[in-house]
Amino acid sequence: MIEVQHLSKRYGPVTAVDDISFTVERGEILGFLGPNGAGKTTTMRVLTGYMPPSAGKAIVAGYDVFERPIEAKRRTGYLPETPPLYPDMTVRDYLTFVARIKGVPRNTRKARIDEMMRKTRIDDVANRPCGKLSKGYRQRVGLAQALMHNPEVLILDEPTAGLDPKQIIETRELIKGLAGDHTIILSTHILPEVSQTCQRVVIINRGKVVAVDTPDNLTSRLRGSETMYLQVDAQGTDAAAVLQRVSGVTRVAVADTKQQIVGYEVDSEAGRDVRRELAAAVVGRGWGLLEMRPMRMSLEEIFLHVTTEDAAAPEAAAEVAHE
Amino acid sequence: MNNVLAIAHKELKSYFSTPIAYIVIGFFALLFGYFFYAMLIIFNQQSLQLGGLEGQNNVDINQQLIRPLFLNASVILLFVLPLITMRTYSEEKRSGTIELLLTSPVTDIEIILGKFLGAMALYAAMIAITMIHMGLLFSYGNPEWKVVVTGYIGLLLMGGCFISVGLLISSLTKNQIVSGMITFAVFLLLWVVNWIASFTGPTTQSVLNYLSITDHFDDFTKGILDTKHLVYYFSVMSFGLFLTARSVDTERWKG
Repeated sequence: MIEVQHLSKRYGPVTAVDDISFTVERGEILGFLGPNGAGKTTTMRVLTGYMPPSAGKAIVAGYDVFERPIEAKRRTGYLPETPPLYPDMTVRDYLTFVARIKGVPRNTRKARIDEMMRKTRIDDVANRPCGKLSKGYRQRVGLAQALMHNPEVLILDEPTAGLDPKQIIETRELIKGLAGDHTIILSTHILPEVSQTCQRVVIINRGKVVAVDTPDNLTSRLRGSETMYLQVDAQGTDAAAVLQRVSGVTRVAVADTKQQIVGYEVDSEAGRDVRRELAAAVVGRGWGLLEMRPMRMSLEEIFLHVTTEDAAAPEAAAEVAHE
Repeated sequence: MNNVLAIAHKELKSYFSTPIAYIVIGFFALLFGYFFYAMLIIFNQQSLQLGGLEGQNNVDINQQLIRPLFLNASVILLFVLPLITMRTYSEEKRSGTIELLLTSPVTDIEIILGKFLGAMALYAAMIAITMIHMGLLFSYGNPEWKVVVTGYIGLLLMGGCFISVGLLISSLTKNQIVSGMITFAVFLLLWVVNWIASFTGPTTQSVLNYLSITDHFDDFTKGILDTKHLVYYFSVMSFGLFLTARSVDTERWKG
Protein backbone atom coordinates (compact mmCIF):
# COMPACT_ATOMS: atom_id res chain seq x y z
CA MET A 1 0.00 0.00 0.00
CA ILE A 2 2.80 2.34 0.89
CA GLU A 3 6.24 1.88 -0.50
CA VAL A 4 9.15 4.08 0.41
CA GLN A 5 12.25 3.51 -1.66
CA HIS A 6 15.60 5.06 -0.81
CA LEU A 7 13.96 8.27 0.19
CA SER A 8 16.17 11.22 1.11
CA LYS A 9 15.33 14.79 1.95
CA ARG A 10 17.86 17.54 2.37
CA TYR A 11 17.24 21.07 3.52
CA GLY A 12 20.25 22.88 2.18
CA PRO A 13 23.24 21.27 3.87
CA VAL A 14 21.10 19.48 6.47
CA THR A 15 20.01 15.94 5.68
CA ALA A 16 16.73 15.35 7.46
CA VAL A 17 15.98 11.96 5.95
CA ASP A 18 18.78 9.81 4.66
CA ASP A 19 18.03 6.95 2.28
CA ILE A 20 15.18 5.26 4.09
CA SER A 21 13.13 2.39 2.71
CA PHE A 22 10.16 0.54 4.14
CA THR A 23 6.79 -0.77 3.08
CA VAL A 24 3.41 -0.90 4.72
CA GLU A 25 0.91 -3.61 3.82
CA ARG A 26 -2.77 -2.96 3.23
CA GLY A 27 -4.75 -2.68 6.44
CA GLU A 28 -1.70 -2.47 8.64
CA ILE A 29 -0.90 0.08 11.34
CA LEU A 30 2.72 1.06 11.23
CA GLY A 31 4.28 2.92 14.11
CA PHE A 32 6.85 5.49 13.20
CA LEU A 33 9.06 5.98 16.13
CA GLY A 34 11.97 8.26 16.75
CA PRO A 35 13.29 11.02 18.95
CA ASN A 36 12.34 14.58 18.11
CA GLY A 37 14.10 15.75 14.98
CA ALA A 38 14.68 12.23 13.70
CA GLY A 39 12.92 12.94 10.42
CA LYS A 40 9.46 11.55 11.17
CA THR A 41 7.55 14.65 10.12
CA THR A 42 9.71 15.15 7.05
CA THR A 43 9.07 11.59 5.89
CA MET A 44 5.35 12.04 6.43
CA ARG A 45 5.36 15.31 4.55
CA VAL A 46 6.97 13.64 1.59
CA LEU A 47 4.46 10.80 1.74
CA THR A 48 1.54 13.21 1.73
CA GLY A 49 2.91 15.20 -1.19
CA TYR A 50 3.48 18.30 0.90
CA MET A 51 7.07 18.43 -0.27
CA PRO A 52 9.00 16.54 -2.92
CA PRO A 53 11.86 14.22 -1.91
CA SER A 54 15.47 15.13 -2.74
CA ALA A 55 16.06 11.57 -3.88
CA GLY A 56 14.24 8.27 -3.98
CA LYS A 57 10.53 7.82 -4.31
CA ALA A 58 7.37 7.12 -2.39
CA ILE A 59 4.41 5.20 -3.74
CA VAL A 60 1.12 5.60 -1.94
CA ALA A 61 -1.94 3.54 -2.91
CA GLY A 62 -0.25 2.67 -6.19
CA TYR A 63 0.62 6.24 -7.20
CA ASP A 64 3.98 7.91 -7.06
CA VAL A 65 3.39 10.92 -4.84
CA PHE A 66 5.68 13.06 -6.93
CA GLU A 67 4.64 11.93 -10.41
CA ARG A 68 0.90 11.64 -9.77
CA PRO A 69 0.30 13.87 -6.76
CA ILE A 70 -3.43 14.46 -7.23
CA GLU A 71 -4.21 10.75 -7.52
CA ALA A 72 -2.10 9.95 -4.47
CA LYS A 73 -3.60 12.80 -2.43
CA ARG A 74 -7.13 11.64 -3.26
CA ARG A 75 -6.29 8.44 -1.43
CA THR A 76 -4.40 9.91 1.50
CA GLY A 77 -5.64 11.51 4.67
CA TYR A 78 -3.13 13.49 6.65
CA LEU A 79 -3.20 14.85 10.16
CA PRO A 80 -0.19 17.13 10.61
CA GLU A 81 1.44 17.71 13.96
CA THR A 82 -0.60 20.87 14.47
CA PRO A 83 -4.12 20.28 13.17
CA PRO A 84 -4.56 22.63 10.18
CA LEU A 85 -7.63 24.52 11.38
CA TYR A 86 -8.88 27.95 10.41
CA PRO A 87 -9.49 29.65 13.76
CA ASP A 88 -12.37 31.81 12.53
CA MET A 89 -14.34 29.03 10.91
CA THR A 90 -16.83 26.93 12.82
CA VAL A 91 -16.17 23.21 12.96
CA ARG A 92 -19.02 22.50 10.55
CA ASP A 93 -17.94 25.17 8.06
CA TYR A 94 -14.39 23.93 8.27
CA LEU A 95 -15.36 20.32 7.59
CA THR A 96 -17.61 21.46 4.74
CA PHE A 97 -14.68 23.24 3.16
CA VAL A 98 -12.47 20.18 3.68
CA ALA A 99 -15.12 17.92 2.14
CA ARG A 100 -15.32 20.21 -0.89
CA ILE A 101 -11.62 20.37 -1.62
CA LYS A 102 -11.22 16.65 -0.97
CA GLY A 103 -13.84 15.93 -3.56
CA VAL A 104 -16.64 14.49 -1.43
CA PRO A 105 -19.66 14.61 -3.79
CA ARG A 106 -22.20 17.28 -3.00
CA ASN A 107 -25.11 14.88 -2.40
CA THR A 108 -23.30 12.83 0.24
CA ARG A 109 -21.37 15.71 1.76
CA LYS A 110 -23.64 16.56 4.64
CA ALA A 111 -24.16 12.93 5.66
CA ARG A 112 -20.42 12.32 5.50
CA ILE A 113 -19.66 15.35 7.67
CA ASP A 114 -22.23 14.28 10.25
CA GLU A 115 -20.83 10.77 10.24
CA MET A 116 -17.28 11.99 10.76
CA MET A 117 -18.35 14.31 13.56
CA ARG A 118 -20.05 11.41 15.30
CA LYS A 119 -17.12 9.11 14.79
CA THR A 120 -14.61 11.56 16.23
CA ARG A 121 -17.09 12.78 18.88
CA ILE A 122 -17.03 16.42 17.94
CA ASP A 123 -20.74 16.87 17.17
CA ASP A 124 -21.23 18.88 20.36
CA VAL A 125 -18.85 21.60 19.12
CA ALA A 126 -20.15 21.69 15.53
CA ASN A 127 -21.00 25.37 15.66
CA ARG A 128 -18.06 26.64 17.64
CA PRO A 129 -15.14 28.39 15.96
CA CYS A 130 -12.12 26.11 15.62
CA GLY A 131 -9.91 28.70 17.30
CA LYS A 132 -11.91 28.45 20.53
CA LEU A 133 -11.57 24.69 20.91
CA SER A 134 -9.47 22.85 23.46
CA LYS A 135 -6.43 20.95 22.28
CA GLY A 136 -8.28 17.65 22.50
CA TYR A 137 -11.11 18.85 20.29
CA ARG A 138 -8.74 20.42 17.81
CA GLN A 139 -6.90 17.16 17.46
CA ARG A 140 -10.17 15.35 16.82
CA VAL A 141 -11.38 17.91 14.31
CA GLY A 142 -8.03 17.37 12.61
CA LEU A 143 -8.68 13.64 12.59
CA ALA A 144 -12.16 14.17 11.14
CA GLN A 145 -10.50 16.28 8.45
CA ALA A 146 -8.05 13.49 7.62
CA LEU A 147 -10.83 10.89 7.42
CA MET A 148 -13.26 13.05 5.47
CA HIS A 149 -12.79 11.54 2.02
CA ASN A 150 -12.50 8.00 3.37
CA PRO A 151 -8.88 7.65 2.22
CA GLU A 152 -7.19 4.30 1.81
CA VAL A 153 -4.08 5.60 3.51
CA LEU A 154 -3.98 7.59 6.72
CA ILE A 155 -0.91 9.41 7.84
CA LEU A 156 -1.10 10.70 11.38
CA ASP A 157 1.65 12.82 12.87
CA GLU A 158 1.48 12.37 16.63
CA PRO A 159 -2.28 11.94 16.77
CA THR A 160 -2.43 11.74 20.55
CA ALA A 161 -0.13 14.63 21.38
CA GLY A 162 -1.70 16.99 23.87
CA LEU A 163 -4.66 14.83 24.74
CA ASP A 164 -5.64 13.81 28.24
CA PRO A 165 -5.36 10.10 29.19
CA LYS A 166 -9.02 9.36 28.51
CA GLN A 167 -8.89 11.03 25.11
CA ILE A 168 -5.67 9.19 24.32
CA ILE A 169 -7.36 5.85 24.93
CA GLU A 170 -10.39 6.91 22.87
CA THR A 171 -8.25 8.09 20.01
CA ARG A 172 -6.20 4.91 20.05
CA GLU A 173 -9.37 2.84 19.94
CA LEU A 174 -10.62 4.94 17.06
CA ILE A 175 -7.38 4.43 15.16
CA LYS A 176 -7.37 0.71 15.86
CA GLY A 177 -10.93 0.53 14.60
CA LEU A 178 -9.85 2.14 11.36
CA ALA A 179 -7.19 -0.44 10.59
CA GLY A 180 -8.28 -3.06 8.11
CA ASP A 181 -10.17 -0.61 5.91
CA HIS A 182 -7.35 1.87 6.05
CA THR A 183 -3.62 1.58 5.97
CA ILE A 184 -2.19 3.74 8.70
CA ILE A 185 1.16 5.24 9.52
CA LEU A 186 1.29 7.00 12.82
CA SER A 187 4.26 8.72 14.28
CA THR A 188 4.89 9.15 17.93
CA HIS A 189 7.58 9.41 20.47
CA ILE A 190 5.35 7.85 23.10
CA LEU A 191 6.44 4.23 23.24
CA PRO A 192 3.52 2.45 24.89
CA GLU A 193 1.37 3.84 22.11
CA VAL A 194 3.30 1.83 19.60
CA SER A 195 3.04 -1.45 21.45
CA GLN A 196 -0.66 -0.87 21.98
CA THR A 197 -1.74 0.22 18.54
CA CYS A 198 0.77 -0.83 15.94
CA GLN A 199 1.44 -4.12 14.26
CA ARG A 200 4.86 -3.04 13.11
CA VAL A 201 7.35 -0.44 14.15
CA VAL A 202 9.88 1.54 12.19
CA ILE A 203 12.39 3.23 14.42
CA ILE A 204 14.26 6.07 12.83
CA ASN A 205 17.05 8.13 14.21
CA ARG A 206 18.92 10.97 12.57
CA GLY A 207 17.12 10.34 9.31
CA LYS A 208 18.01 6.66 9.12
CA VAL A 209 15.93 3.57 9.74
CA VAL A 210 17.52 1.74 12.66
CA ALA A 211 14.94 -1.00 13.19
CA VAL A 212 11.83 -2.43 11.51
CA ASP A 213 9.86 -5.17 13.24
CA THR A 214 6.84 -6.05 15.33
CA PRO A 215 6.93 -4.62 18.84
CA ASP A 216 7.19 -8.15 20.31
CA ASN A 217 10.01 -9.23 18.07
CA LEU A 218 11.89 -6.07 18.79
CA THR A 219 11.57 -6.74 22.48
CA SER A 220 12.85 -10.28 22.30
CA ARG A 221 15.44 -9.75 19.61
CA LEU A 222 17.16 -7.02 21.48
CA ARG A 223 17.51 -9.11 24.55
CA GLY A 224 20.92 -10.74 24.29
CA SER A 225 20.07 -12.87 27.28
CA GLU A 226 16.99 -13.71 29.28
CA THR A 227 16.76 -12.15 32.68
CA MET A 228 14.62 -13.49 35.50
CA TYR A 229 13.77 -11.88 38.77
CA LEU A 230 13.50 -14.22 41.74
CA GLN A 231 12.52 -13.50 45.30
CA VAL A 232 13.65 -16.18 47.64
CA ASP A 233 13.29 -16.69 51.38
CA ALA A 234 16.43 -18.75 51.99
CA GLN A 235 16.24 -18.51 55.77
CA GLY A 236 19.51 -16.65 56.05
CA THR A 237 21.61 -18.83 53.75
CA ASP A 238 23.00 -17.56 50.47
CA ALA A 239 20.91 -18.76 47.57
CA ALA A 240 23.13 -17.17 44.95
CA ALA A 241 25.58 -20.06 44.85
CA VAL A 242 22.76 -22.53 44.39
CA LEU A 243 21.18 -20.53 41.63
CA GLN A 244 24.52 -20.10 39.91
CA ARG A 245 24.89 -23.86 39.71
CA VAL A 246 21.67 -24.32 37.72
CA SER A 247 22.68 -25.19 34.17
CA GLY A 248 22.24 -22.37 31.67
CA VAL A 249 22.56 -19.60 34.24
CA THR A 250 25.26 -17.13 33.35
CA ARG A 251 25.06 -14.59 36.12
CA VAL A 252 23.36 -14.06 39.45
CA ALA A 253 23.17 -10.72 41.15
CA VAL A 254 21.43 -9.56 44.29
CA ALA A 255 18.82 -6.98 43.39
CA ASP A 256 17.32 -6.18 46.77
CA THR A 257 17.18 -7.51 50.29
CA LYS A 258 14.36 -7.30 52.81
CA GLN A 259 15.51 -9.01 56.02
CA GLN A 260 15.60 -12.70 55.09
CA ILE A 261 13.97 -12.27 51.75
CA VAL A 262 16.42 -11.63 48.95
CA GLY A 263 15.66 -10.66 45.38
CA TYR A 264 17.98 -11.95 42.67
CA GLU A 265 18.45 -11.08 39.03
CA VAL A 266 19.34 -14.21 37.17
CA ASP A 267 20.68 -14.09 33.61
CA SER A 268 20.57 -17.15 31.46
CA GLU A 269 21.64 -18.03 27.96
CA ALA A 270 19.43 -16.58 25.28
CA GLY A 271 16.59 -18.81 24.18
CA ARG A 272 16.88 -21.11 27.15
CA ASP A 273 14.05 -21.32 29.61
CA VAL A 274 15.50 -22.05 33.02
CA ARG A 275 12.40 -21.31 35.08
CA ARG A 276 11.62 -24.91 35.96
CA GLU A 277 15.18 -25.67 37.02
CA LEU A 278 15.40 -22.51 39.08
CA ALA A 279 12.13 -23.27 40.85
CA ALA A 280 13.15 -26.86 41.52
CA ALA A 281 16.51 -25.77 42.92
CA VAL A 282 14.91 -23.31 45.31
CA VAL A 283 11.98 -25.43 46.42
CA GLY A 284 14.20 -28.52 46.64
CA ARG A 285 16.20 -26.84 49.42
CA GLY A 286 13.05 -26.15 51.37
CA TRP A 287 13.29 -22.41 50.76
CA GLY A 288 10.36 -20.24 49.96
CA LEU A 289 10.01 -19.11 46.34
CA LEU A 290 8.01 -15.92 46.73
CA GLU A 291 8.23 -14.46 43.27
CA MET A 292 9.59 -15.32 39.89
CA ARG A 293 9.05 -13.23 36.77
CA PRO A 294 10.87 -12.55 33.55
CA MET A 295 12.41 -9.10 33.29
CA ARG A 296 11.52 -7.85 29.81
CA MET A 297 13.30 -5.10 28.15
CA SER A 298 10.66 -2.44 27.72
CA LEU A 299 10.19 -0.59 24.48
CA GLU A 300 11.71 2.43 26.19
CA GLU A 301 14.91 0.52 26.73
CA ILE A 302 14.90 -0.80 23.19
CA PHE A 303 14.30 2.64 21.89
CA LEU A 304 17.13 4.13 23.88
CA HIS A 305 19.25 1.16 22.92
CA VAL A 306 18.78 1.52 19.18
CA THR A 307 18.84 5.27 19.08
CA THR A 308 21.95 5.69 21.18
CA GLU A 309 23.85 2.59 20.11
CA ASP A 310 23.41 3.68 16.55
CA ALA A 311 26.13 6.27 16.73
CA ALA A 312 28.49 4.19 18.85
CA ALA A 313 28.13 0.81 17.18
CA PRO A 314 26.65 1.05 13.72
CA GLU A 315 27.10 -2.66 12.99
CA ALA A 316 24.97 -3.60 15.99
CA ALA A 317 22.22 -1.37 14.75
CA ALA A 318 22.53 -2.68 11.22
CA GLU A 319 22.04 -6.16 12.52
CA VAL A 320 18.78 -5.07 14.09
CA ALA A 321 17.60 -3.32 10.95
CA HIS A 322 16.44 -5.10 7.81
CA GLU A 323 17.20 -8.74 7.50
CA MET B 1 -13.23 24.74 -11.11
CA ASN B 2 -15.17 23.44 -8.13
CA ASN B 3 -11.95 23.50 -6.13
CA VAL B 4 -11.26 27.09 -7.17
CA LEU B 5 -14.74 28.11 -6.07
CA ALA B 6 -14.45 26.19 -2.81
CA ILE B 7 -11.25 28.04 -1.97
CA ALA B 8 -12.62 31.40 -3.14
CA HIS B 9 -15.67 30.84 -0.99
CA LYS B 10 -13.54 29.96 2.00
CA GLU B 11 -11.39 33.06 1.47
CA LEU B 12 -14.36 35.36 1.20
CA LYS B 13 -15.92 33.82 4.26
CA SER B 14 -12.76 34.26 6.27
CA TYR B 15 -12.58 37.95 5.27
CA PHE B 16 -16.05 38.43 6.68
CA SER B 17 -15.54 36.34 9.79
CA THR B 18 -12.59 38.54 10.77
CA PRO B 19 -12.72 42.33 11.07
CA ILE B 20 -10.72 42.70 7.85
CA ALA B 21 -13.65 42.91 5.44
CA TYR B 22 -15.50 45.42 7.60
CA ILE B 23 -12.47 47.60 8.19
CA VAL B 24 -11.48 47.58 4.53
CA ILE B 25 -14.97 48.30 3.23
CA GLY B 26 -15.74 50.76 6.03
CA PHE B 27 -12.65 52.86 5.60
CA PHE B 28 -12.88 52.77 1.85
CA ALA B 29 -16.47 53.98 2.08
CA LEU B 30 -15.46 56.73 4.52
CA LEU B 31 -12.59 58.01 2.39
CA PHE B 32 -14.48 57.74 -0.85
CA GLY B 33 -17.46 59.47 0.72
CA TYR B 34 -15.24 62.32 1.83
CA PHE B 35 -13.71 62.72 -1.63
CA PHE B 36 -17.15 62.58 -3.16
CA TYR B 37 -18.43 65.30 -0.89
CA ALA B 38 -15.38 67.53 -1.34
CA MET B 39 -15.39 67.25 -5.10
CA LEU B 40 -19.10 67.74 -5.35
CA ILE B 41 -18.77 71.06 -3.53
CA ILE B 42 -15.93 72.16 -5.80
CA PHE B 43 -17.84 71.00 -8.85
CA ASN B 44 -20.99 72.85 -7.79
CA GLN B 45 -19.01 76.03 -7.24
CA GLN B 46 -17.36 75.74 -10.63
CA SER B 47 -20.57 75.00 -12.44
CA LEU B 48 -22.24 78.00 -10.81
CA GLN B 49 -19.42 80.34 -11.81
CA LEU B 50 -18.95 78.94 -15.29
CA GLY B 51 -22.66 78.53 -15.86
CA GLY B 52 -23.17 82.21 -15.05
CA LEU B 53 -20.43 83.26 -17.44
CA GLU B 54 -20.66 81.24 -20.62
CA GLY B 55 -23.55 78.79 -20.53
CA GLN B 56 -24.15 75.08 -19.83
CA ASN B 57 -21.75 73.33 -22.15
CA ASN B 58 -18.50 74.10 -20.38
CA VAL B 59 -19.12 71.99 -17.33
CA ASP B 60 -18.89 68.26 -17.85
CA ILE B 61 -19.84 66.08 -14.90
CA ASN B 62 -17.91 63.13 -16.34
CA GLN B 63 -14.69 65.04 -16.82
CA GLN B 64 -14.83 67.28 -13.81
CA LEU B 65 -16.41 65.11 -11.16
CA ILE B 66 -16.51 61.42 -12.03
CA ARG B 67 -13.03 61.21 -13.49
CA PRO B 68 -11.26 62.77 -10.50
CA LEU B 69 -13.36 60.54 -8.27
CA PHE B 70 -12.13 57.43 -10.04
CA LEU B 71 -8.56 58.67 -9.87
CA ASN B 72 -8.92 59.27 -6.14
CA ALA B 73 -10.44 55.84 -5.67
CA SER B 74 -7.35 54.38 -7.36
CA VAL B 75 -5.16 56.10 -4.79
CA ILE B 76 -7.22 54.78 -1.89
CA LEU B 77 -6.69 51.30 -3.33
CA LEU B 78 -2.95 51.62 -2.79
CA PHE B 79 -3.59 51.78 0.92
CA VAL B 80 -6.49 49.39 1.23
CA LEU B 81 -5.56 46.49 -1.04
CA PRO B 82 -2.44 45.45 0.92
CA LEU B 83 -4.82 44.80 3.83
CA ILE B 84 -6.77 42.40 1.67
CA THR B 85 -3.84 40.47 0.25
CA MET B 86 -1.33 40.51 3.09
CA ARG B 87 -2.78 37.53 4.91
CA THR B 88 -3.75 35.33 1.96
CA TYR B 89 -0.66 33.13 2.06
CA SER B 90 1.20 34.42 5.09
CA GLU B 91 -1.54 33.44 7.49
CA GLU B 92 -1.88 29.95 6.02
CA LYS B 93 1.84 29.46 6.34
CA ARG B 94 2.01 30.76 9.87
CA SER B 95 -0.91 28.75 11.18
CA GLY B 96 0.04 25.60 9.27
CA THR B 97 -3.23 25.41 7.35
CA ILE B 98 -1.16 25.51 4.18
CA GLU B 99 -0.47 21.85 4.98
CA LEU B 100 -4.14 21.11 4.49
CA LEU B 101 -4.24 22.85 1.11
CA LEU B 102 -1.00 21.37 -0.17
CA THR B 103 -1.90 17.81 0.84
CA SER B 104 -5.44 17.97 -0.54
CA PRO B 105 -6.17 16.86 -4.09
CA VAL B 106 -6.04 20.37 -5.49
CA THR B 107 -3.36 21.91 -7.68
CA ASP B 108 -1.31 24.97 -6.77
CA ILE B 109 -2.96 26.89 -9.59
CA GLU B 110 -6.41 26.11 -8.20
CA ILE B 111 -5.35 27.35 -4.78
CA ILE B 112 -3.91 30.54 -6.23
CA LEU B 113 -6.91 31.23 -8.46
CA GLY B 114 -9.22 30.54 -5.53
CA LYS B 115 -7.39 33.03 -3.37
CA PHE B 116 -7.31 35.53 -6.20
CA LEU B 117 -11.04 35.22 -6.83
CA GLY B 118 -11.80 35.47 -3.11
CA ALA B 119 -9.82 38.71 -2.84
CA MET B 120 -11.39 40.01 -6.06
CA ALA B 121 -14.86 39.32 -4.69
CA LEU B 122 -14.14 41.33 -1.57
CA TYR B 123 -12.63 44.08 -3.70
CA ALA B 124 -15.68 44.11 -5.96
CA ALA B 125 -17.93 44.39 -2.91
CA MET B 126 -15.81 47.30 -1.77
CA ILE B 127 -16.04 49.29 -4.98
CA ALA B 128 -19.71 48.42 -5.29
CA ILE B 129 -20.18 50.91 -2.42
CA THR B 130 -19.27 53.73 -4.80
CA MET B 131 -22.26 52.88 -6.94
CA ILE B 132 -24.38 54.61 -4.32
CA HIS B 133 -22.53 57.85 -5.05
CA MET B 134 -22.73 57.30 -8.77
CA GLY B 135 -26.43 56.60 -8.40
CA LEU B 136 -26.86 59.99 -6.73
CA LEU B 137 -25.13 61.68 -9.64
CA PHE B 138 -27.34 59.86 -12.12
CA SER B 139 -30.52 60.79 -10.28
CA TYR B 140 -29.65 64.50 -10.00
CA GLY B 141 -27.55 64.98 -13.11
CA ASN B 142 -27.10 63.35 -16.47
CA PRO B 143 -23.60 61.89 -16.74
CA GLU B 144 -22.50 59.74 -19.67
CA TRP B 145 -23.01 56.15 -18.43
CA LYS B 146 -20.49 54.55 -20.79
CA VAL B 147 -17.67 56.52 -19.22
CA VAL B 148 -18.76 55.35 -15.79
CA VAL B 149 -18.80 51.74 -16.99
CA THR B 150 -15.29 51.93 -18.44
CA GLY B 151 -14.18 53.53 -15.20
CA TYR B 152 -15.45 50.56 -13.23
CA ILE B 153 -13.87 48.10 -15.67
CA GLY B 154 -10.61 49.95 -15.22
CA LEU B 155 -10.92 49.88 -11.43
CA LEU B 156 -11.55 46.15 -11.44
CA LEU B 157 -8.62 45.42 -13.73
CA MET B 158 -6.25 47.67 -11.86
CA GLY B 159 -7.34 46.13 -8.56
CA GLY B 160 -6.77 42.70 -10.08
CA CYS B 161 -3.17 43.66 -10.87
CA PHE B 162 -2.58 44.92 -7.36
CA ILE B 163 -4.14 41.80 -5.89
CA SER B 164 -1.99 39.47 -7.99
CA VAL B 165 1.13 41.36 -6.91
CA GLY B 166 -0.09 41.28 -3.30
CA LEU B 167 -0.64 37.52 -3.49
CA LEU B 168 2.88 37.06 -4.76
CA ILE B 169 4.36 39.06 -1.89
CA SER B 170 2.17 37.26 0.64
CA SER B 171 3.41 33.92 -0.66
CA LEU B 172 6.97 34.94 0.16
CA THR B 173 6.63 35.41 3.90
CA LYS B 174 4.99 33.96 6.99
CA ASN B 175 4.63 37.36 8.56
CA GLN B 176 1.52 39.36 7.74
CA ILE B 177 3.02 42.69 8.73
CA VAL B 178 6.08 42.15 6.57
CA SER B 179 3.83 41.07 3.74
CA GLY B 180 1.52 44.07 4.13
CA MET B 181 4.35 46.57 4.39
CA ILE B 182 6.23 45.30 1.36
CA THR B 183 3.01 45.17 -0.64
CA PHE B 184 2.23 48.75 0.29
CA ALA B 185 5.73 49.90 -0.68
CA VAL B 186 5.57 48.07 -4.01
CA PHE B 187 2.13 49.49 -4.81
CA LEU B 188 3.32 52.98 -3.99
CA LEU B 189 6.35 52.50 -6.19
CA LEU B 190 4.19 51.26 -9.05
CA TRP B 191 2.10 54.40 -8.66
CA VAL B 192 4.91 56.95 -8.55
CA VAL B 193 7.37 55.21 -10.84
CA ASN B 194 6.59 57.52 -13.76
CA TRP B 195 6.74 60.76 -11.80
CA ILE B 196 10.33 61.20 -12.89
CA ALA B 197 9.48 60.14 -16.43
CA SER B 198 9.48 63.64 -17.87
CA PHE B 199 13.03 64.24 -16.62
CA THR B 200 14.45 61.18 -18.35
CA GLY B 201 15.22 60.30 -21.93
CA PRO B 202 12.48 59.30 -24.36
CA THR B 203 13.06 55.53 -24.02
CA THR B 204 13.22 55.52 -20.24
CA GLN B 205 10.22 57.79 -20.19
CA SER B 206 8.02 55.43 -22.14
CA VAL B 207 9.23 52.44 -20.12
CA LEU B 208 8.47 54.19 -16.84
CA ASN B 209 5.08 55.31 -18.05
CA TYR B 210 4.32 51.82 -19.18
CA LEU B 211 5.28 50.34 -15.81
CA SER B 212 2.99 52.54 -13.77
CA ILE B 213 -0.13 50.49 -13.06
CA THR B 214 -2.13 53.60 -12.22
CA ASP B 215 -1.07 55.44 -15.38
CA HIS B 216 -2.86 52.88 -17.53
CA PHE B 217 -6.01 53.56 -15.58
CA ASP B 218 -6.21 57.14 -16.84
CA ASP B 219 -7.71 56.28 -20.22
CA PHE B 220 -10.44 54.19 -18.61
CA THR B 221 -11.63 57.22 -16.66
CA LYS B 222 -11.91 59.12 -19.93
CA GLY B 223 -14.18 56.45 -21.30
CA ILE B 224 -11.51 54.90 -23.52
CA LEU B 225 -11.35 51.13 -23.65
CA ASP B 226 -7.96 50.63 -25.28
CA THR B 227 -6.72 47.09 -25.98
CA LYS B 228 -3.22 48.32 -25.11
CA HIS B 229 -4.30 48.81 -21.51
CA LEU B 230 -6.38 45.65 -21.42
CA VAL B 231 -3.40 43.64 -22.60
CA TYR B 232 -1.21 45.36 -20.03
CA TYR B 233 -3.56 44.64 -17.14
CA PHE B 234 -4.19 41.05 -18.09
CA SER B 235 -0.46 40.47 -18.58
CA VAL B 236 0.41 41.91 -15.18
CA MET B 237 -2.31 39.82 -13.55
CA SER B 238 -1.21 36.59 -15.22
CA PHE B 239 2.43 37.32 -14.54
CA GLY B 240 1.73 38.01 -10.88
CA LEU B 241 -0.24 34.79 -10.53
CA PHE B 242 2.40 32.86 -12.44
CA LEU B 243 5.15 34.13 -10.15
CA THR B 244 2.99 33.25 -7.14
CA ALA B 245 2.75 29.69 -8.46
CA ARG B 246 6.54 29.60 -8.86
CA SER B 247 7.01 30.95 -5.37
CA VAL B 248 4.65 28.38 -3.84
CA ASP B 249 6.45 25.62 -5.70
CA THR B 250 9.85 26.88 -4.57
CA GLU B 251 8.69 26.96 -0.95
CA ARG B 252 7.65 23.38 -1.40
CA TRP B 253 11.14 22.33 -2.40
CA LYS B 254 12.73 24.29 0.37
CA GLY B 255 10.35 22.71 2.86
